[in-house]
Amino acid sequence: MSTTAEPEAELFCPGHASCPGCAVALAVRFVLKGLGPRTVLVIPPSCIAVMAGPLPLSSMQVPVFQTAFETTAAAAAGLARAFRARGEEVTVACLAGDGGTHDIGLQALSGAAERDEDFIYVCFDNEAYQNTGNQKSSATPWGAWTSSTPRGKPTRKKDIVEIMAAHRIPYAATACPAYPADLLAKIERARTLGGTRFLHVLCPCVPGWGIADDASLRVARLAVESRLFPLYEVRDGLRYTITHEPVGVPVKEYLSAQARYRHLTDEAIRQIQEDVDQGWARLVGRARALPPRAFA
Amino acid sequence: MLTQVATRHTRILLTGDHAVAYAALRARPHLIPVYPITPQTPVLEKLLELQELGELTADIMTVESEHSAMAACIAASLAGARVFTATASQGLALMHEMLHYAAGGRAPVVLVNVNRTLASPWGFWADQTDSLAQRDTGWIQLYCESAQEALDSVLQAFRVAEALLVPAMVVIEALYVSHTLEPVEIPDPELVDEFLPPYEPPVRLDPATPRGFGGTTAPVQWRANRLALKAAMELALDAVEEAGRRYGELTERAYSSVETYRAEDAELVIVTAGGIAGTAREAVDQLRGQGIPVGLVKLRLFRPFPSARVAGLLAGVGKVAVIDRNCSVGSGGIFCQEVRAALHAHRVTGPQVFSFIAGLGGVNVSADRVMEICRSALNAVSAPPDPILEERL
Repeated sequence: MSTTAEPEAELFCPGHASCPGCAVALAVRFVLKGLGPRTVLVIPPSCIAVMAGPLPLSSMQVPVFQTAFETTAAAAAGLARAFRARGEEVTVACLAGDGGTHDIGLQALSGAAERDEDFIYVCFDNEAYQNTGNQKSSATPWGAWTSSTPRGKPTRKKDIVEIMAAHRIPYAATACPAYPADLLAKIERARTLGGTRFLHVLCPCVPGWGIADDASLRVARLAVESRLFPLYEVRDGLRYTITHEPVGVPVKEYLSAQARYRHLTDEAIRQIQEDVDQGWARLVGRARALPPRAFA
Repeated sequence: MLTQVATRHTRILLTGDHAVAYAALRARPHLIPVYPITPQTPVLEKLLELQELGELTADIMTVESEHSAMAACIAASLAGARVFTATASQGLALMHEMLHYAAGGRAPVVLVNVNRTLASPWGFWADQTDSLAQRDTGWIQLYCESAQEALDSVLQAFRVAEALLVPAMVVIEALYVSHTLEPVEIPDPELVDEFLPPYEPPVRLDPATPRGFGGTTAPVQWRANRLALKAAMELALDAVEEAGRRYGELTERAYSSVETYRAEDAELVIVTAGGIAGTAREAVDQLRGQGIPVGLVKLRLFRPFPSARVAGLLAGVGKVAVIDRNCSVGSGGIFCQEVRAALHAHRVTGPQVFSFIAGLGGVNVSADRVMEICRSALNAVSAPPDPILEERL
């Protein structure tokens, strides 16, 4: 695992409007540290938009453009091209939620990825429309309770990293604020590359997942260590590297820490464990299939 | 200086779509996010051809939808880039959400819309409903009757939009204007540069001065933003006149928000917009030749609506025949609604206003047809409250 010294400059100010114990807020703080001050952010409606602040306030020390829900990638692409046309060196980054990425923003994101538009897109995935009060998105996992899946979600979670990798973009990776050095290293690597770069950041949600306000990082660690959410990266859609070797704790420990899975039967938990094991085996296979190339 | 005008342009045969592309070339935009749709496609193809020839230096961004095209336009404009795009029909309808966003965000995007029928059923023909349905989005709207006017209006739209930070839409009709060859004068680059200063917004997305754009507002802030947009839009009434006048000084082709043709002492005035205005000139000439005193008031500017000017021009007229190539179902012709509202607001009670709906779905409205419309209004005792459908004349 590579390590990156954490930049000291804080570009995300305290006093913003996130819930206490929010993992998204912590992840945003690390992402902004990694991006640096020559950045312009595009933010669609999301928890991040709430944190960015109501006008005339802004919690970000960099310019923010809050765009329409389904337009994050299109707006970012337009911005990146505008700066290039004006001869200005600026990093354009998108901070979006899972609904804005997996659902309503997917067409624009796919179009931008196909054109290899020059931006870093970070999806902060708290696995439902948490900003509007926990309605399911296509990032909500099978079985999870939300206010629009009262009996648990009947279909599986959309695999956004595989979708992005299938576009053969230069860089796609998963990350988690419970592993800040890994997250920062990935932002750093993304910054060394051009084209469309995508980070999928899992962020446990205190009210939505039904966890204590000091539990989000503990739950995030269980997601990673149970291999349910492995930390890895994909270069050019082909070369997989696992960036953190998980311990392999039973997925039941992760599930039982959250109220949204309280209704699951032992059989349901067994099925989820099987699914996680198969997913992990698939990932390990891919990581072995093509050796990673050294980053330039 | 005026003696040099004739040598300061190139005169060639162009369709409306190609004329629009040459206007974009002369405006020197940084970025053109665009998505193809019939009958706008020749605009896109000509722009790519001009880029291939090394004449157009703009970055042409061929996006995956019109919605994304407008989203990219807005963001780029707020970063300080001059942007241009073109669309039609379904494409404009798909952009609808972002049209509001551009105006509220004060992004002076310039868009050309080729008026085309909205599905269902599918059609590729002239109909103004697509752009008129965007009347409340906060965009300046200019309707053109010829390829030359389209080219000239795009350049004027950039001047007005960027001065006021209000987006502007230039509208031409499918096929009748978009695909019809006409001799068009393309003004020389130096002349356009003289007319159109570089776009430098007072604030923009710039890491040197970090600001939040488009965030959440409280009710009083939202209201203030909307009223600021309203005030800027009202300034467009004079700004369009100024741009049309200044353009005339440089090219000998002056424009106004409302134009009249042989309207002096007219017993009946035709009021219309777009391609039908060109045909109406011919009808006016023929009727005048027969000793029938008719004239034309052409509505070039639809938003902001030049209400006072329209009311002033029609104040002494006996009969007014408004011809709409559109139909707001459940109400009637949209231009007629605006004309009647303008007369009412300015307490002009003299003219009888006849509402004609003609040429829906791209059906040809010939000079003969316009003359029939005029005769039927002249022969009528009074104007009916409901629109008159021209095919039933």
